[in-house]
Amino acid sequence: MPRTHRNAELAMLLFAMALVAVYAATVEATVLETLTPRFWVPTALLTALFVALHMVVRFLAPYADPVLLPAVALLNGIGVAYLRRVDLARAEPDERIDLGLFSGVGGRQLAWTLLSLILAGVLLAVIRDHRIVSRYAYTLGLIGIVLVMLPAVLPASISEVNGAKLWIRFGGFSIQPGEFAKLALVSFFAYYLVRKREVLSLASKRFLGIDFPRGRDLGPIVAVWLFSLLVLVFEKDLGTALLYFGLFIVTLYIATERSSWLIIGLLLFFGGVYLAYVLGASVGGPFRNFYDRAQIWLNPFEGERPFNESYQLVQSLLGLGTGGLFGTGPGGGQPRFIPEVEDDFIFAGLGEEIGLFGLSALLVIYFLVVSRGLRAALAVRDSFGKLVAGGLAFTMGLQVFVIVGGVTGLIPLTGQTTPFLSAGGSSLMANWLLIAMLLRISDAARRPATGAAGGPAAAPGAKQPPAQLHGAATEVIR
Amino acid sequence: MPDFVLTVARFGFLILLWIFVFTVVGVIRRDLFAGTRSSRIVAAPRGVGGAAPAGRPVAKVKRGKAARQLVVTAGQLAGTRITLGEAHITIGRAEDSTLVITDDYASARHARLVPRDGQWFLEDLGSTNGTYLDRAKVSAPTPVPLGVPIRIGRTSLELRT
Repeated sequence: MPRTHRNAELAMLLFAMALVAVYAATVEATVLETLTPRFWVPTALLTALFVALHMVVRFLAPYADPVLLPAVALLNGIGVAYLRRVDLARAEPDERIDLGLFSGVGGRQLAWTLLSLILAGVLLAVIRDHRIVSRYAYTLGLIGIVLVMLPAVLPASISEVNGAKLWIRFGGFSIQPGEFAKLALVSFFAYYLVRKREVLSLASKRFLGIDFPRGRDLGPIVAVWLFSLLVLVFEKDLGTALLYFGLFIVTLYIATERSSWLIIGLLLFFGGVYLAYVLGASVGGPFRNFYDRAQIWLNPFEGERPFNESYQLVQSLLGLGTGGLFGTGPGGGQPRFIPEVEDDFIFAGLGEEIGLFGLSALLVIYFLVVSRGLRAALAVRDSFGKLVAGGLAFTMGLQVFVIVGGVTGLIPLTGQTTPFLSAGGSSLMANWLLIAMLLRISDAARRPATGAAGGPAAAPGAKQPPAQLHGAATEVIR
Repeated sequence: MPDFVLTVARFGFLILLWIFVFTVVGVIRRDLFAGTRSSRIVAAPRGVGGAAPAGRPVAKVKRGKAARQLVVTAGQLAGTRITLGEAHITIGRAEDSTLVITDDYASARHARLVPRDGQWFLEDLGSTNGTYLDRAKVSAPTPVPLGVPIRIGRTSLELRT
């Protein structure tokens, strides 16, 4: 029997939870100057939840990648612990010691984690083979586009938060439908490209040593490009536009293995962004918001700006600067001074407390999660699975880049959540669904082709042809 | 809390964080080496007569009658010979194929031949008009015996020693 590494997964999971406990304890010791006897309760709950999901994986996806779950659990755990730390900072000093464990954003994040993990478990239980998703590809594509467009169409009173129309608010709840749209769109793109990849990679003209596809094959990419620019205009959000556009380009690239798509995509994106910038400067209107953001990014410290428009970015940069190399220690920072520290700017808030040293560890963990996703894409034996896993892993990487780049001033800041760290139910749920899908695909990729019955060498694979995906090519990896 | 304890906790957390990262990398590393072996097993259907005697390496047994050449026997490229090595052979109209066939009935990436333990396997890459091994349509990786024609559109190919 090939090794499944499930025990390694459990061990790493417990290690991750120990780290979260250390973080929570240090926070209490710093902020409260004492260790309350119940500091471990949120961590213990998280541990129970993750171990439960680990058990689900053990039974439903026994060959899944052992790294994904513990790495993501660490990020999620640190997120919950940091959000509790933000609650402590916001409470009155004499009330801090009695602050309820389940109040505030930290408590809510714990509840969202519970819900997200249940969803992830359900997804693993319902989708036993990732290829069945392709049956609903067009439905998912439609759902994805509706979810993306919904906030743009709804009145601003329902959908607008901080200048970006990305939300649907009702009652005390607000959800970000775009987060879920990612998953639906990846599945749709993957299905579409599996069907069309012959056409896209067949005809091309060679120019400057690169294969460029013919004009008429550019149709779908131009359509999605326009669509993502529409999102940018109506929802006033560069990040989301970049996310959907990058997603499509990369799935195209994976499907056709032509680097020309990447070049065309980058040219189109930068062209579009530059046009939006120029239009924002001259025409204004819907492009104005983007122009303002670009100005904030270019000169955050100019004139009165640090006290007005670029207040968020400047506070974020100052927070990161205060943290320096090793940070002020968990609980030692001043998260109250960073606006939106619980969602968009959580990376700056964490950076103040764990420093560059800690932040780079978190970034490496993101990198490892993404690389494991891409590894699953490489190893899985059907094209649809390859495209879905590659697309999902890349989307997560791009999202981390967009928000961390924005918070650190590398690129213009846009409102994206930091996957697994930020407070927010929709982001957490969508990203856990993403991880569940990656677990499912990596399970398919690593499962011996002959099934568990008699070991890999017993039954010849030639007698069990891999299932075909609606007549599309089923690749056997070398 | 004494400052000393806080300092230890603060740096201890960072160090543990990196130890976690390296633990994860270690698991990935072990997995990569195990992965190369298992993924080969995954894609390696054993040959038709591949019941090699236990204890003897499969490759050694088959070395004697291993295919050395791929010969085009019919079609526009008739007479073309490709000497076979360790690498797989891709066949199709795409320019980067090992064997580029200009045949109206061939797809850009039509089929490929993959060596495994001295045996060559034919695999259709989702072509429009199909790949045939003698008269049978190839739908899954199939071992190719010597001298049996592979038909792609109007082109025929054979493995020879």
